[in-house]
Order: sequence, then C-alpha cells, then structure tokens
Amino acid sequence: MNQQQRFEPRIVGFLCNWCSYTGADLAGVSRMKSAPNLRTIRVMCSGRVDPTLVLRAFQLGADGVLVAGCHPGDCHYQEGNYKAMRRVLLLKRVLREFGIDERRLRLEWISASEGEKFARVANEFTEQVRALGPLQLEEAPAAVAEPQLEEVRA
Amino acid sequence: MSKPKLALYWAASCGGCEIAVLDVEEKILDVAAFFDIVFWPCAMDFKYKDVQAMEDGSIDLCLFNGAIRTSENEAMARLLRRKSKVLVAFGSCATEGCIPGLANLTTKEEILDWVYHRSPSTVNENGVRPQPRFHVPEGELEIPEFYEEVRTLAQVVPVDYFIPGCPPQAPQIVNVLSAIMTGAPLPPPGSVIGAGEKTCCDECGRKREEKRIKRFYRPWEIVPDPNQCLLDQGIICLGPATRSGCGALCVKANMPCRGCYGPPPNVMDQGAKMISALASVIDSQDPEEVQRILDQIPDPAGTLYRFSVPASLLHRKRTQVTA
Repeated sequence: MNQQQRFEPRIVGFLCNWCSYTGADLAGVSRMKSAPNLRTIRVMCSGRVDPTLVLRAFQLGADGVLVAGCHPGDCHYQEGNYKAMRRVLLLKRVLREFGIDERRLRLEWISASEGEKFARVANEFTEQVRALGPLQLEEAPAAVAEPQLEEVRA
Repeated sequence: MSKPKLALYWAASCGGCEIAVLDVEEKILDVAAFFDIVFWPCAMDFKYKDVQAMEDGSIDLCLFNGAIRTSENEAMARLLRRKSKVLVAFGSCATEGCIPGLANLTTKEEILDWVYHRSPSTVNENGVRPQPRFHVPEGELEIPEFYEEVRTLAQVVPVDYFIPGCPPQAPQIVNVLSAIMTGAPLPPPGSVIGAGEKTCCDECGRKREEKRIKRFYRPWEIVPDPNQCLLDQGIICLGPATRSGCGALCVKANMPCRGCYGPPPNVMDQGAKMISALASVIDSQDPEEVQRILDQIPDPAGTLYRFSVPASLLHRKRTQVTA
C-alpha cells in the first residue's frame, strides 16, 4: 500500500435490534461523529450471531467484526447476550489458533440510550483495527477446471 | 461386454480408507466381479505409467482417498481426474482434510523445523533438510514437494461425489457400490453420498436433558454414564455438528463423536457450529467463570475442527505479522 495513503479498515458490526442498533440510531440523530468504517447489520439479538457469520465476514474481506448487544440483564430475550458473550470468548480462542489477532473481534454492550458510547466504540475499534492492519485472508483454494497438467514420473 | 473400470488411489491418508473398502467383506467379490479394477496401488501391482497410458475418461469410477499434501498427491489427483468419468472424494481426508489437515494449524516451516531440528529424537548435526531435487554421482534424485498447506481433493480438481467418514463405514460403502452396480440413478454431481441427512445426535440413543455445563471433561477423566448424553456430562461430543451416517458408532462405545462425518447438510463450517453449541450449554453468565470453563478445552480449534480444518472457512493458520 502507498505509504501516504491511510489504511481504511472494513468493519462489520452486528448490532442487536433492541439496544445497540437503537443506540447507533441515537448517535446518528444526535449528530455525533463516528467513523464510517463500520458497516452495520441489524440482527434481532446478539445471541443470534452465529460464529459462522463472523468467520464468513472475515473470509469475505472484513478486517474487524463488532458484535454489540444489550447490557447484561437487559436482553430482550432474557439471555441472548450471555450466549453471545460465551460464543465470542470461545471464538477468540479459535481465531488465535488460526493466527488471527483476537482483537479483530470485539464484543460491546451498548444500550438504546448510549449513542455516545456507540460513537466512541466505532471510533476506537476503527483505530484499533487500523493499527492491526489489513487482514487479507486469501480465498480458499478452488479447483482449477482446466488444470495445467503435470505428469507424474512413473 | 467389457466391465466398467474401477480405480482406487490414496494420497495423504493413513490407509484406513483402503481397509474400509475391504471391510465390505464378501461383497468385495461382487465388486471384483462387476468391475475391472484397473488401478489400486495398495492392493495390486500397478504403476503410475499404467494410468498415464490409459485414454482420458476411460476409468468409469475412481475412489480417491487422502488429502493433497505434496506435489505427487496433486499430480495424481489431476491425472486421475483426467482419466476418470466419475471422481469420488472417498473418506474424510479427500472430502475435508481430516487428520492430515490439522497440519494447517501450523506452517510448513514450523513442521520442517520440528521434524528435522528441534524434536528430541532428532539427530541431525549438520542441519540437513530434504530438498525436492538432489544431485548424486548417479544423477538427479527427485522427491515430491511438501506444500505449504493441506488441501482437500475438491480444492484441487473438480469432484463429482463425496463420501465422508474416517473411514467411511462398510455398510455405507456397500450402499453406494450396490447402487452403482444395479444401475440406480446417481444423485446430482457435488452430492454427499453414503451418509445421512441429519446429525449424529439423530442416530444416538442416549437420554438428553437440559444441558448445563460447569466443567468440561476429557474422555479419560471420567467414566461416563452409558445412557446419558455425553455432552450433558461435560464431554465434548461433536454429534450436534456432525452429519449422520455412521450409526453413532463412537457414542455406542461410550466415546464422544469427534466429527469425522463432517458438517451436516447446509452447514458451512463445522467448528463454528460447534462453538455455537458449546457456548449455548455453558452454565454461567459471568465472563471470568466462562473463561475458566473454556480454559478446560485445551485445543479448541484442533478439537472442534479435528477433521475439517482445510475445508473450513479459515482453512489454515495465517502467518501474517500484524503491524
């Protein structure tokens, strides 16, 4: 990459419908400035974020993934956010074994009234992932339909 | 009328799949009577040049077991793809990488360094490492190149069908071969055959209750109750994230499912599904306690992706050094 050009990380944010998405909305209507690097995906609950979605986001080019849900005790579905917390903790350990810095995956509790916290998390996380640099997962190997054939020595 | 031609080959594998083929017992005689076996290095004396001499597409069915670890594996995969009408990834290694694929959680350099330099049983005073080519007075010696990563067969050549399992179970092999020999219509290309459409739990007769795990046990740490769900008892059993088809063999022997039949239909990543399942059953809402419970799993990636690292979404360890 060009040295003068600043690396703009791509971040996917899975925000729960009841708290964190509303918090992000509040940040918006309150005209708070936050990094545009975060691409928001609204989900019904942070407990709905399957680890597959996080890995797929990384595989398809995300440099960081944020999972945000209601504060402990506040989950609209009683305990979806605890499930999210346990998943993220285990997923971070798996990421480490695959050589991916676990700081690229972040879990935050953001309530509907915490627009300021949403903006702060979006900015902080963007800077953190910027410092980590691009993830650059190459595509999984794919079969070559018309392969260059190489003969085996008999 | 000439008989249909059958080829069997092994790449990076342990040989268990070859034994599984013989586990069909007397049915092997039907196979030998129905097919003309044109290539099977494990059982009969064939050379690579015999295959090279065949016409393209002249092998009707090729059962290919083993992952792609070396340039020899890849060249044989390409050769057999070209010579075969139907190429089947036979067993877990060819289908999703299996145990050889666990090497993708380390790097080629780490492997060679350990094997040729650091392992306690290695005596290598001159620090010699094998080279793909080496000159001796008699000429040039060549060995296959050891690749950076293990790949599945389908990551190298187009594959028509997949038979999962480590190894595929004999009754499933009989089902597949009988279907072919009786001329039954084949499923659409790309299908998984010789396996079920549900999860291993569906074939498991154990009693399941509400799962609340405070502590994980490794199989040798406790003697599990033979009638109760192993996961209920804190033993990591991959049944919920594994395709059915084996008849729940391991759990019947009071050992947990380790996931060799791969992910069930419509699951992209077996390990991710198992992370999800385990996170759901841990009985704690305190992050520190959860962390302590998770620390009882010594190697989560190696445990949850034991058979599927190369086929998984991340497919290998990254060596990128972060800024």
